[in-house]
Amino acid sequence: MSYHTLEELNKTAKDILEDLGERISTLKNKERTAIPSQDMPVQDPVIRATNLEEVAIGYTAEQAIVEANRCLQCAKQTCVDHCPVNIAIPSFINHIAKGDFALACEVIKESSLLPAICGRVCPQEKQCQSNCMVGKALKDVDKSVAIGRLERFVADWERNNGAGKVPSVKPDTGKKVAVVGSGPAGLVVAADCRREGHQVTVFEAFHKAGGVLRYGIPEFRLPNEIIDHEINNLKAMGVDLKTNFVVGRTRKLTDLIDKDGYDAVFVGTGAGLPVFMGLEGENLVGVFSANEYLTRANLMIAYDNTNADTPIYPSKNVTVLGGGNVAMDAARMAKRLGAENVYVVYRRTENEMPARKEEILHAKEEGVEFRFLQNPQKIVGNETSRVTGMECLRYELGEPDDSGRRKPVEIKGSEFILDVDTVIVAIGNGSNPLISQTTANLSVNKRGNIVVDETQATSISKIFAGGDIVLGAATVILAMGEGRRAAASINKMLTEELEGEK
Amino acid sequence: MSRIIEKKQISSDVFLMRLEAPLIAEERQAGQFIILQVDENFGERIPLTIADASTEDGTITIIYQVVGKTTLALSQLEVGQEVEALVGPLGTPTHIHNYGKVVCVGGGIGVAPMHPIAQALKKAGNHLTIITGARNQDLLILQDEMKAIADEFIVCTDDGSVGRKCLVTEPLRELCANEATKPDMVIAIGPPIMMKFCSETTRPFGVFTEVSLNTIMVDGTGMCGGCRVNVGKEVKFVCVDGPEFDGHLVDFDNMIARLSSYKDIERTRYKCFVEKTINQKEEAL
Repeated sequence: MSYHTLEELNKTAKDILEDLGERISTLKNKERTAIPSQDMPVQDPVIRATNLEEVAIGYTAEQAIVEANRCLQCAKQTCVDHCPVNIAIPSFINHIAKGDFALACEVIKESSLLPAICGRVCPQEKQCQSNCMVGKALKDVDKSVAIGRLERFVADWERNNGAGKVPSVKPDTGKKVAVVGSGPAGLVVAADCRREGHQVTVFEAFHKAGGVLRYGIPEFRLPNEIIDHEINNLKAMGVDLKTNFVVGRTRKLTDLIDKDGYDAVFVGTGAGLPVFMGLEGENLVGVFSANEYLTRANLMIAYDNTNADTPIYPSKNVTVLGGGNVAMDAARMAKRLGAENVYVVYRRTENEMPARKEEILHAKEEGVEFRFLQNPQKIVGNETSRVTGMECLRYELGEPDDSGRRKPVEIKGSEFILDVDTVIVAIGNGSNPLISQTTANLSVNKRGNIVVDETQATSISKIFAGGDIVLGAATVILAMGEGRRAAASINKMLTEELEGEK
Repeated sequence: MSRIIEKKQISSDVFLMRLEAPLIAEERQAGQFIILQVDENFGERIPLTIADASTEDGTITIIYQVVGKTTLALSQLEVGQEVEALVGPLGTPTHIHNYGKVVCVGGGIGVAPMHPIAQALKKAGNHLTIITGARNQDLLILQDEMKAIADEFIVCTDDGSVGRKCLVTEPLRELCANEATKPDMVIAIGPPIMMKFCSETTRPFGVFTEVSLNTIMVDGTGMCGGCRVNVGKEVKFVCVDGPEFDGHLVDFDNMIARLSSYKDIERTRYKCFVEKTINQKEEAL
C-alpha cells in the first residue's frame, strides 16, 4: 500500500462530496456501498518510527462525512449487537452524515463515556465492524464502515472545539464512594456515581492517573493529552483524586468502609501481574515484562532521556514474545527507542494473532519483523549475565485442534539462535493479588480474579468490582461496560439507603 | 506531596529525613518500605526502607546514602520543602516472632532498615546480638540506637578505625561455631555481597538466615516484575513477596547482575548532575 498524505486523502474526500452533491441524502444502498472506504490519515512510517507522536492523525470532517454516508442505516443493527456497550451506532453515524458532529457525540455518550479512547483502542474489526452489512456486501471486513474512526472523529471534534460540557452533577447526597484504580473501569464508575451527587474519591497507586491507559498504551497510539482531558473532566465534576495511594497497603480495602466512612467501594485494579514463560535465562539482564518496558517508556517518560531520570535499557536487537496489542506496543516502542532490529516471535501465524489488525499493519510499516511459527526455547547470556541471544524452534501448522485452528507442531532439530540483546515478554497478565491477599473474605476464583454477581457485587457487602480484575486481561471497552454496570448497582444501593433514611 | 520535617547528615554521604506521611506512619510495620520520587514528572521511583515512624506527629523516617542522581537530588532538598511523590508502606512485613537467640547483621547503610526490625525482634523477647560493619568509622550509622537495644553489640570495620578489624562474617562465624552462642536465626541487611557471604557463613551450620533485598523497582506493587529474583526454584517479586527472603535460597549472583542493568547510564546521569550542581553554585557566587 502506498502512502498518502492527509492532504491527498482529504482532497479525495472533497472530490467525492462534490461529485455526489445534493444527491448524497437520497443515495440507494448500492450507491452507498460504491463510495470508497476512507483511509485513516497517518504519519509517514519512516518519520513516525522515530517519534512518539500519534500515528493515526484522524479523519478530516470531509472524510468523516464521506465515510458516514457509506452506512446503510440497516433495520437490523448487527453493529449495535456486537458493541459491548451497545452504542446506537447507525444513529450517531447518521448525525455525522448530516454534519451534526455535536449531536453525534451526544448519542455516543449515552452509552460510552470515553469515545476518544475507545475509538482508538477498541478491536472494532472483532466487534461492531465484524458484522457490518457494507463489509459483508463487499466481502471484506476491512471495507466495513469505519465505525471506530468515526467515533474517534466526533470525540476529537468535541474536545478540540471545546464543545464538551462538563456533565452536570446532582445535589450532594452525603454518600461517599471510593473507586480503587483509575483505569477505564474506575474512570467510568467515578463519573457515573458523581453524576448522581455522591462524593467520589479515586485512589491510584501510581503518581499519575489513567491506569493502563497511561502506563500501558503508548503515546503514539493514545496521547496523554486525551487521558488528561478525561481526568480533568472528572476533577471539574468534583471527583477527588488521590494518587500515590495503594489500597491494600496504604489502607486496607475494608478500612475504607469501616474507618473512613465510604458507603460503597469499587475495585477496578486491573490485571497487572506479568506472566513469564518460565524459560531458562528469563531473569538475565535485558529480559523485561512488557509491563516494565512500557511503564518505563510511557509513565516514566524514559524515551525523553534528556529530561527523564528513569533509564530504559539500550538495545540494538530486540525480540518481543507474544502476539497481542501489548506485544505490538512494545515492539513499536523499542523501534522508537532506537533499536535497529525488532522481531516479534509468535508460535502461530498472523491469522491467529490477537492484536488489532491496524496495529499489526502499523508495526510492519514501521519495520518490525514478524517471525511466525517460531517459539523460544531458552534465552542465552554472557559471563556478565546479559542477554546475547535467544534459542528458537521452528513450527509448522498441523491438524486442527479443538478450537478449529490448525495446531502448530514443532519441527524437530530446527533450533537456531536469534541474535538479540533484549527480550520483552508480552504473553499476557494474570490478576494482581495485592488486594485479595490483604482482604479477608473476598472471593476470588482459581486464576485470582475477583468473583462478582450480575450486579458486579463481590462477596463483601458494599464492595463492587469490575474490569480486568474480574475479567482477566480483556479490553478497555469491556472494562468500561463493567464499570457502567457497577456504578448503576452502587447508585441503586445508595438511592435505596437514602430513601430508607428519610 | 510529603513535607520534609527534619533533615540530618549522619555520616559522610548518608542522610536522615523525617517526612510527613500520616497514613504510612499508621500502617507501616517493620521491614516495609516506601517508593519516592523527587520530581513527579521526570523523576525516578526509588525504594527506601522505613527506618522509623511516629503516629503521634504522622511522620516516617528514611535513611539513605547518596549513590546516584535521585538520592543526590533528595539530599539537596531542605526542611519545609516537599518530596513530590511518596507511596507506601510496601512489601510484606517482617515475620516477628520469638526465635530465641537472634543475630542481626547490618552492613553500611543496611543498619537503617535493620533498626526497626531489631526493635521489633527485641520487643518480641529475642536475645539480640547485633553486628554492625562498614568500611570505616565514618560510614557507621545509628550506633547508639543499635547499642541501646542489643544484648551483645559487635562493631567491625574494614580498616580497624573502630571495633574489630574484620568483615562482619568473622564474628558471625564465631557465634555459629560455638554451641552456647549459636543463633536460632540470623537476619542480614546490607550490600548484596555482604548478604551473600553472611548466608554462605551460616549455611554449613544450618542456621536460618533472612536477608532483605533492595532491587530495582518501578511500581512496587507487583505489576512490572523488574525486581524479580530467583529464590530456590521459584521466581519471586521483591516488592510484594519480599523484601525478605531465605538467604540460603537467594541467587545473589543473578540479583547482583540485575542490579547493574543500568550501571553505565546511572553513572553518566550522576556525573552530569554533579557537574550541573557545581555550575549552579558557581553561578550563584
